Amino acid sequence: MKIGVITFPGTLDDTDAQRAARYVDAEAVALWHADADLHGVDAVIVPGGFSYGDYLRAGAIARFAPVMRSVVEAAGKGMPVLGICNGFQILCEAGLLPGAMLRNAGLHFVCRDQWLRVENNTTAWSSRYEQGAEIIVPVKNMDGRYTASQATLDELEGEGRVVFRYVGVNPNGSCNDIAGITSANGRIVGLMPHPEHAIDALTGPSDDGLGMFYSALDAVVTA
Amino acid sequence: MARVVVDVMPKPEILDPQGQAVANALPRLGFEGITSVRQGKHFELEVADDVDDATLAKIAETFLANPVIEDWVVRRVDA
Repeated sequence: MKIGVITFPGTLDDTDAQRAARYVDAEAVALWHADADLHGVDAVIVPGGFSYGDYLRAGAIARFAPVMRSVVEAAGKGMPVLGICNGFQILCEAGLLPGAMLRNAGLHFVCRDQWLRVENNTTAWSSRYEQGAEIIVPVKNMDGRYTASQATLDELEGEGRVVFRYVGVNPNGSCNDIAGITSANGRIVGLMPHPEHAIDALTGPSDDGLGMFYSALDAVVTA
Repeated sequence: MARVVVDVMPKPEILDPQGQAVANALPRLGFEGITSVRQGKHFELEVADDVDDATLAKIAETFLANPVIEDWVVRRVDA
């Protein structure tokens, strides 16, 4: 099982994402933004950070990187793809997930441990959680306010494609308290909070984030 | 060469807290009578003469603006 982790100029959390992959006994494969070759990986993580300085809009320039063309193609064939924070923004800009991210409603950079509720445990990245489970992982972003048209929100809610929802506090004013969503086939997931920072109680608030990476193992094995 | 201006604005229904923050600051600075501020982006492009309007529209729609959250206007102006 090989999990690829993309590095763009300005990516910050690729090392933690690789570490999370190794924690679940997957091989972490570094993918480079300028290299269209996915090097035979079974799943891809688009990690957090500030790709291309978030110039223009968060994720707007990264989605044109050569590696993203390959990710879009592989995702079309069902490869599991996880976008975390800036990665979620990139997946939205690339059209792999609907909607867009805006500046936090409170205009502050938010960095805190955040409770989330698992709303859909049937995706490639959430099958190891109990439906309705509450997990705590860090959230840290400036542009985390998930927004979509009412029609898109109705579709996401109606089809159960909201995967994670903020519990207690909504840190950024996102529509319907949405923290993460999935594609129609459940293989692509994007979320603003950082599961890769919650894989060991030594360095995070919990190891609740590990479930996402274990889920991907199951998704690849059963695919 | 021609100069082309692209203005990108958050859609009317999109909450614009940055614009609100600017609007709220104005009375504190002594400027009265401003009831609303919306903040967007303004791009100035120097464009070769053979670039047509359809291409400019595609640039605006697929890159400079995100149509999920933003409206855009392309104008050719005198340099």
